[in-house]
Amino acid sequence: MLSKIEFKVNGRNTVFSGNPLTRLIDVLREDLGLTGVKEGCGEGECGACSVIKDGKLVTSCIIPVGAVNGSEIYTIEGIRDTEKGKCLVESFAEGGAVQCGFCIPGMVMAAYALLSENPHPTDEEIRKGISGNICRCTGYDLIVASIRLAADKGGDLWA
Amino acid sequence: MPVTGIDDRIVRTDAAAKARGEAKYACDLSFPDMLYAYMVRSSIPRGTIDSVKVPTLPDGYYFISAEDIPPEGKNELWMIQKDWRCFAEGDVRYVGETIGLLVGPDRNMLKYLLDHLEIKYTEGVPAVTIDDAIACKGGPIVGEDNIHCQLYVEKGKPMSEVFAEADSIFEETIETGFQEHVHLETNAAIVTEEDGHYVFYVSAQCPFYVRKSVAGLLGLNPEDIIVRQTTTGGAFGGKEHFPDVLCGPLLVAEHRIHKPIKLIFDREEDMLYSVKRHPSKVTYKTALDKDGNILGIEGLVYYNCGAYLSSSYVVLQRGVFHANGVYDFPNTYVKGIGVATNTFPSDAFRGFGAPQTLFAIETHLDHIARKFGFDPAEYKSRYFIKQGGETITNGHIVERVMLPEMMKQVVDASDYFRKAKEYGTGSGKGIGISFYNHGGAFTGNGEQAIIKAHARLVKTGGRVRIEVGSTEMGQGFQTALRKIAAATLGISIDQIDYDNPDTSKVCDSGPTAASRSTMIVGRLVQRCGEEMKERWDEGDFSVEKEYEHPEGHPWDQSTFRGDAYLGYGWGCAVVEVEADRLTNEIKVTGIWSSHDIGHAIDELIVHGQINGGIAQSIGYAAMEKMENRNGHFRQSSMSDYVIPTSMEFPEQKWFLVENPYQWGPFGAKGMGELVFNGADAAYIDAVERALGITVRRIPMPPEDIEEALADAQ
Repeated sequence: MLSKIEFKVNGRNTVFSGNPLTRLIDVLREDLGLTGVKEGCGEGECGACSVIKDGKLVTSCIIPVGAVNGSEIYTIEGIRDTEKGKCLVESFAEGGAVQCGFCIPGMVMAAYALLSENPHPTDEEIRKGISGNICRCTGYDLIVASIRLAADKGGDLWA
Repeated sequence: MPVTGIDDRIVRTDAAAKARGEAKYACDLSFPDMLYAYMVRSSIPRGTIDSVKVPTLPDGYYFISAEDIPPEGKNELWMIQKDWRCFAEGDVRYVGETIGLLVGPDRNMLKYLLDHLEIKYTEGVPAVTIDDAIACKGGPIVGEDNIHCQLYVEKGKPMSEVFAEADSIFEETIETGFQEHVHLETNAAIVTEEDGHYVFYVSAQCPFYVRKSVAGLLGLNPEDIIVRQTTTGGAFGGKEHFPDVLCGPLLVAEHRIHKPIKLIFDREEDMLYSVKRHPSKVTYKTALDKDGNILGIEGLVYYNCGAYLSSSYVVLQRGVFHANGVYDFPNTYVKGIGVATNTFPSDAFRGFGAPQTLFAIETHLDHIARKFGFDPAEYKSRYFIKQGGETITNGHIVERVMLPEMMKQVVDASDYFRKAKEYGTGSGKGIGISFYNHGGAFTGNGEQAIIKAHARLVKTGGRVRIEVGSTEMGQGFQTALRKIAAATLGISIDQIDYDNPDTSKVCDSGPTAASRSTMIVGRLVQRCGEEMKERWDEGDFSVEKEYEHPEGHPWDQSTFRGDAYLGYGWGCAVVEVEADRLTNEIKVTGIWSSHDIGHAIDELIVHGQINGGIAQSIGYAAMEKMENRNGHFRQSSMSDYVIPTSMEFPEQKWFLVENPYQWGPFGAKGMGELVFNGADAAYIDAVERALGITVRRIPMPPEDIEEALADAQ
């Protein structure tokens, strides 16, 4: 069964023709070359493939492309050069959040979704906000601190 | 540009590209005409292969097996030994052993072919546990007794004399389980041909290991093969030798197909069919006087090595050399035995054999202290080894040991002694403490005798390029090494280049393992920099240096006597917990640590390593359960093998002590593994106190705690 699915990725109209059960992550990485979206587990457990769909954080490895018809998707490539994205990238780098880096684009997306909804989160709220994103390197403390830094540095950006 | 000082706070050089999603990992690379590969693996732990029936392959699809190895090649991967076969032939020895590769352009078709490939076996009886191996269940897998490797070390009087003098003997057996690395990036490699050379792009810690390991498959020399490390998304030892197991079959396939071929494990494959930390079983028999003073300890250490040796002998040696912890006991005898089983070969994992025995000795001492009514911290501190003290291998501790100062830091910060008194046994609240160390770099004279590392700096105009084989896998080495070079040369870190290594372009600096990179390769780069600085005005030139062994470290590798390590990192951790009496879930409410790593090259990187190492260590003790039933791992995904999330642990408090290491760059010594080596024991100590139970094995998830509580009643 082939379908035509229309959606927006990083602000650009995209048309997918093919099996609607194709995973969104495969369309993003392979058809659109958006390799900042990482596959860590393939079952929605680790968050490395996190993208923002219609304002909400989702894991693109368990979403069939058929489910995004009419949606607006943002990946790391779509936010990294925005003011918010730059603030997050800078804060993650300065704050020591990045080690092997494989979870980090997804982590940045989670932080983006969190701060967009809650510009002044407590540490507990930050930990909850990234609880769907697994990191094996950092033990999370410096990721939490970096998101706090982004909230402080960004100020009105997140309001 | 401002000169970079070694203590300047800087931003990691790889952070922004990774955070922006621009860093290219192996899975992100593709080449024109690229094919994909799937591994065909043994589905049984032990038996003979009767037949392999490959479905009719469409054009452009291939099945690659041992039969494709040319006559000039040998079906072996050269790790430390050459026992691990590239492809199983005739028999299989563990579930997941490589039998072949299916290669072709379309992954859906490859999956279809994989599902329709039929292998018939005659099954044997597998040995899975250490006890199975000792009993030679199903007949020996190696030799006549299933022993892959063994050694012993002895200090002081014979233990028979010590036991004869003892008022009591305390004996117990402590076990640890498999641990899976769960590097967020799964194993991945691509093979291709460029300018008449076989070229690998691989997620790996040790590019030079790969070329050495696989070259013999085609009768080539290592230099004939080029290995380029791709940005590596975590490794923890899991990408030390294991990339060889991907690259070997890929090389044989490339020899036949001559197109780029990509092999990526999905998470399930990476969980079920990759190396793990060695399960262990350690028995201590301790001679005590009437007051509870230790007269001597006899240890018997078993490690489950799996079907092939890989690096297990070296892992076992490290386990034995750390079996007395951070203590100076008057008499010790420790024997280590690495047994063969029909499980996936165990291999390197952060700590490399030390965590198992360190957990065992710490827990054993806790139990003795409690039996005699002493506080474990106070009791253990009586035995802290000091500078000049004799080690378990009859060597001596060369450096100053700052354990008393470190203990004071964490004990004060955590209010340990007050809480230890206040929280009654079984009150639901507990605080625990542990002490640990990690010998830096290769064992004994290995750096001199085996590795002979090289490093090179190349000056072009005002820029300097670092040419070493050491890799960045997340630990921050590319930043740390740039910082060492810049601070030595008196230039800015922005003037230093250091790419992921390409074996055809850089020198072999030895493996990125054993916490040796900063200590050994960092020092080499510093020496290169010192000469380059003196000759700075000579124009463009390069400086290359070879490792020089510091004097005063005698070692005999045949008897394992002398200074087993060039220096040690030291640690102390306190963990506080609260138990939910209904669900037996344990909540960690506080983590404090202090480490002696000589001098920190970059405090922010060190901070991240400490946090991550400790989280991984508590995960090992508390939740990371990987079971093997009849040769099959039961946990195959991140939902059933659970590792710590951001909600698990509170923010850590951490300290460093300043204790510059004489032979390290700017006083630095190894730290990557040290920070894994002890929080597990502190956690279990806290759990034991909170619940009033005795724990003799990890991991201890809530269901196992329930069992222990039932046993205690």
